Amino acid sequence: MTDKPTVGLFVTCLADLFRPTVGFAAAKLIEDAGCELHVPMAQTCCGQPAYNSGDRKDARALAEQAIEAFEGFDYVVAPSGSCAAMLKKHYPGLFKGDATWEKRAQAFSAKVYELVSFLTDVMKVEKVESQFAGTVTYHDSCSGLRELGIKAQPRKLLGALPGVTLAEMKDSEVCCGFGGTFCVKYPDISNAIVEKKTATISDTGADVLLAGDIGCLMNMAGKIRREGGKTQVRHVAEVLAGMTDTPPIAGK
Amino acid sequence: MQITTPNFKENATRALNDAPLQKALKNVEIGFIAKRLAAVDALPEFEQLRDNARDIKNHTLAHLDLYLEEYEKKVIASGGHVHFAETAEDARAIILDICRKRNAKTVTKGKSMITEEIGLNDFFEKNGITPVETDLGEYIIQLRGETPSHIIAPAVHLNKDQVEADFRRVHTHLPADRDLTEHEALLNEARLVLRQRYFEADVGITGANFLVAETGSSVIVTNEGNGDLTQTLGKCHVVVASLEKLVPTLNDCSQILRVLARSATGQDMSVYTTFSTGPKRAEDPDGPEEYHVVLLDNGRTAMLGTEFQEMLRCIRCGACMNHCPVYHAVGGHAYGAVYPGPMGAVLTPSLSGIEVGGHLPNASTFCGRCESVCPMRIPLPKMMRHWREREFEKHLTPTAARYGLKFWAFFARRPKLYRAAVSVAMPLLSWLGGSSRRIHSLPLADGWTKHREMPAPEGKTFLQAWAEKQAREAGR
Repeated sequence: MTDKPTVGLFVTCLADLFRPTVGFAAAKLIEDAGCELHVPMAQTCCGQPAYNSGDRKDARALAEQAIEAFEGFDYVVAPSGSCAAMLKKHYPGLFKGDATWEKRAQAFSAKVYELVSFLTDVMKVEKVESQFAGTVTYHDSCSGLRELGIKAQPRKLLGALPGVTLAEMKDSEVCCGFGGTFCVKYPDISNAIVEKKTATISDTGADVLLAGDIGCLMNMAGKIRREGGKTQVRHVAEVLAGMTDTPPIAGK
Repeated sequence: MQITTPNFKENATRALNDAPLQKALKNVEIGFIAKRLAAVDALPEFEQLRDNARDIKNHTLAHLDLYLEEYEKKVIASGGHVHFAETAEDARAIILDICRKRNAKTVTKGKSMITEEIGLNDFFEKNGITPVETDLGEYIIQLRGETPSHIIAPAVHLNKDQVEADFRRVHTHLPADRDLTEHEALLNEARLVLRQRYFEADVGITGANFLVAETGSSVIVTNEGNGDLTQTLGKCHVVVASLEKLVPTLNDCSQILRVLARSATGQDMSVYTTFSTGPKRAEDPDGPEEYHVVLLDNGRTAMLGTEFQEMLRCIRCGACMNHCPVYHAVGGHAYGAVYPGPMGAVLTPSLSGIEVGGHLPNASTFCGRCESVCPMRIPLPKMMRHWREREFEKHLTPTAARYGLKFWAFFARRPKLYRAAVSVAMPLLSWLGGSSRRIHSLPLADGWTKHREMPAPEGKTFLQAWAEKQAREAGR
């Protein structure tokens, strides 16, 4: 037994399937912060696609699954503002009227944090070990920003890296047009939104675009590569953990 | 108006390819946002005022019946008339009756979204009455035969050169060689043309930003003064308002006024804030001989007690659409309904049915910027999600999306089966990415690959790679 806080890593379905490096980076950052890390194998998805499509039944079933797998840890940490907000802000509402589950969901939700804000706000991490060097720009993903108040935390840790220069893009708080299923339901509108975003990214001249959500990153990376842009795209955890050996999202 | 919301996708694609529209929409994205921010930053108690504004409306909605009775009493006591209209049709009939009794030929109008909602202008024309819009933006779109594309800036979809062309087309009594290059020249011309119309009008119709139960007053805010001329120069003033405009007291009204203009145009206050209580009294130097209020329900009381009740707090400032990335991309007409933007995405299905308005609550990224600027703290994304739930319950979600979702959920709810499936699928998808690490075109994902590359997965899933790493370390 240790007196380290136990952390369940909710890796999120997109990081699990598309970007395992983010999972390993999150694991390293959490362990380096002095926590005992656990990765439950019974995790799949937080249920947000069902929830935002109006399918409360499947959303609730997936919420029960996640709560059962994670409620035993001191903290539940996800490398995504969007999934963390789903777990933290929306789960209790799914159980309204079911006293037992609602209570369980509230207790679970209270332990949930997005990765970077967990490091800075809970574990009081001031700086991390990373040899990464280059100019980066940071996009504030909507859910993390507006539902969880994540804005200063990633900038604080990036700012403490000696090799990193942060070049802010214009309108970093404006949506990238991903929106989960929105981007495939309304591809032309989504495209118009992400085109504005890639222009502001390119204007910064940064080498690397960073953000805290794989969904947004896949959208922006996919657009930058289609446009033939130069900016490379990575999850902020990869840079903070110094794990940038894998090719960037959507390649170079 | 002709509701074209079911064609939202086609409307949106047309809007995205409309170069003048795209140019005009830049004004929304840049102008409104910066002005609101400056006004809000200058007022330290703004967040507290938002709470107060929310609480005032919540209280009013909880006691709507009492305040409506009180309001009606006060209007009657001040010599006015109150007419309750359950539907748009009822409202039109009431207004026509008032106009007929005065033998009205010309009706001037201040800016009013409710008269758009009930389709009043078309109805007037069919019945031989000429409606004259006096708000500059409304006047412009009336000349063009269009509907408002924004609830406070109805002609925001237009550029100056388009307005100049319309004025030259319609104002043929003015010299053809006149100089209209400056914005002010256009403004002065509209003022000149409209001034005469006020004197010709038999009835003046305005909307209301507030109805005050304490005094029986109707309140309008304008920047051009056209509303004041409309309601004081006509012999008969008709206020057309929906019933959720009610506030209990003048004090409540002035509290909400403090967040209204700041949220809308970034002004501390609009140029004119006008309170009207009844017709001209004996000692008044001017004013209308008759004062009527037409109170429209049109589906609103049906929202009370449902998950959409909070929408009735809306004060029509337009901040939600001013900050909406979807509105910025396609403009207001693409929504194909009276009310565009996030507030329209919630209200349109309430007024016209989810079968008609279904696209709108879906056409949102849920970025939440609308809620973050709403002065009345209306949880717009949450209510759009509620509409998606109603759609899903009624099996209105498109079949492919529904089956896709069910297929995905079947696996996601069975972690072992899910692991087995993704441990085959992801390496395959990764292989498709080749050395570029991206996929250019993917069947079943063309919504994505139409405009962007699909990033290739790394190969093994994280949980697979993590389990193998744990096993290796345990075996060492």
